Amino acid sequence: MDGLMQELVARYNYWIYVILMMIGFYAMIGKRNLVKKLLGMNIFQTAIILFFVSIGVKNQGSIPILSKKQALEGVADVAQVINPLPHVLMLTAIVVGVSVTGVALAVLQRIYKEYGTLEEDEILEKISKR
Amino acid sequence: MTNNLPLYILAAPLLAAFAVSVFGRLNSRVIAPLVLLPLGGSAFASFFLLLQVLQSGSFRYVVGNWEAPYGIELLFDPLSCLMLFLVTGVSFIASFSALPSTFRELPGRESLFFTLYLIMVVGLCGLVITADAFNLYVLLEITSISTYGMIAMGKGRPPLASFNYIILGSVGACFYLLGVGYLYILTGTLNMADLARLVPEIAGTAAYATAFGFVLVGLWIKMAFFPLHNWLPRAYWHAPAGMTVMVAPLMTKVSVYLMVRLIYAVFQPDWVFQPDFGLMTQLSVREVVLWIASIGIVVASIVAYSQRDLRRMLVYLIVAEVGYMVGGVWLANDLGLTGALLHIVNDALMTLCLFLACSAIWYAVGSTSFDSLQGLYRRMPLTMAAFTLTGFSMMGVPPTCGFFSKWYLILGGLDAGHYQFVGALVASSLINAILFFRVFEIAYFKAPEEGEDGPGLPRQEAPMMMTVPLVLAAALLLVAGFGAGTLVSRVIGVAIPELM
Repeated sequence: MDGLMQELVARYNYWIYVILMMIGFYAMIGKRNLVKKLLGMNIFQTAIILFFVSIGVKNQGSIPILSKKQALEGVADVAQVINPLPHVLMLTAIVVGVSVTGVALAVLQRIYKEYGTLEEDEILEKISKR
Repeated sequence: MTNNLPLYILAAPLLAAFAVSVFGRLNSRVIAPLVLLPLGGSAFASFFLLLQVLQSGSFRYVVGNWEAPYGIELLFDPLSCLMLFLVTGVSFIASFSALPSTFRELPGRESLFFTLYLIMVVGLCGLVITADAFNLYVLLEITSISTYGMIAMGKGRPPLASFNYIILGSVGACFYLLGVGYLYILTGTLNMADLARLVPEIAGTAAYATAFGFVLVGLWIKMAFFPLHNWLPRAYWHAPAGMTVMVAPLMTKVSVYLMVRLIYAVFQPDWVFQPDFGLMTQLSVREVVLWIASIGIVVASIVAYSQRDLRRMLVYLIVAEVGYMVGGVWLANDLGLTGALLHIVNDALMTLCLFLACSAIWYAVGSTSFDSLQGLYRRMPLTMAAFTLTGFSMMGVPPTCGFFSKWYLILGGLDAGHYQFVGALVASSLINAILFFRVFEIAYFKAPEEGEDGPGLPRQEAPMMMTVPLVLAAALLLVAGFGAGTLVSRVIGVAIPELM
């Protein structure tokens, strides 16, 4: 039991991302309201972004900017600096996520104009009546 | 960098996309040259690039002089150049037909549509040549987002289909990204060649298997591999006809190519196709994938049979064909891989022909339901001749190209001893025969309703812009059939050893 607790605490960032991801996944699959599905997708994406950001972090690490003195002396210690690459990657992923959300919201607007509702069941009912 | 030709192949459609969005809005007459010229230029340039690579060997293009593994590389080897030529060539031919159909279907919004169309082509070109795992994710999303937009432009039900596709497509892309994240934790690099160098050290770990699982499932969602295919039929049914002629032949095929590339160039085939992962003792992963592919081929073919509309039937055939290629790759022998790669080329051409014909019929008749196909051989003889030839290719009748890839796949299946896959291939060919002969029968024998014209219906072909590319593409089926031997020995035979 102690071992399990230690495992949970030592890797809590992974647990958080898995839990967030599952919440998002549930909303995407289980909810019938299209806006809720979209929110679920956003939570899902955010979970992955948090996962990436967390893997760059180091204990007691400083920001990845060299001071002039360090650079001249050549004493920068890589182990003391957090890894910026995952953060940079996630900037791109955030842009992608925002674009997808934007397209999805525009599509939702068209759906609402067409059917007057955003509940999937009601939309399908209206489609089958036509 | 003395030779920047490779980058112009990407840049031409991208710049044209901006030009179309700005100038196309002001005057819709400039759209056609702005779409056709850059795509044609890219197609010719990539053809010469393919010849050059075959002659003098593959090379890597370092974008912006940032050396790998820190910068982004583009890889030009025989396979990626073949795919590049396929993507640019098919989209060039398809755009001839997309122009008139879009002008009719989306009046006033042509410039928006073709902006997305060109960006989609850029994304696909980037996907086939990128040598960076994260870059691949971004390009995957570029293609997907432009597809979402194009699908949603259709009238009626498409917005809902597009929304469902957005949700599923994002899940697929996120899975892929997550897999890449695990790989990055393990290796600290995103460059594919660098990954391949470091991978043998970590091959036994559970995290590595997890990474592979996520990447694979992500790509399967994108390629609509059974049973993750549900988004595809709904999204393609009502999408604008101009979109289906380009996206249907290319999107799934490029995803299959990505799976091949990642398995062979990153994850290492020895590890991927090993009989025992330690997870399941009874069944190997390879066995499971082959069973799923076999079941998928048969189920999708049967569902295609139950459709009463030409386009709906074709959409399910795409899903069945994905099963062919995935199965061929997972046969894990040279014959299977050759068959799968050859089928990527052939199926792209066949799907192009089918959807060009479908689009032409829709343009001339106004519908593609089976009832409206009656008497079509008399009304649209050229279109139906090309459609008939494609139908024979889908059944696998020699000397059309469909026969040769199927032949390799069946030989690979027999060689690997996977008779269920061979059985599925044969069954699907038979079902295809039934499917297409049913369409032929309706279009040829069933007389149209007694109208004012009687039996002598007037010729009513779609415009030249749609018919000529269709006939050309159908002729390419024969060319690819007769040239299959050369293609296998000169290109694919060279490409497979270079993959690893």
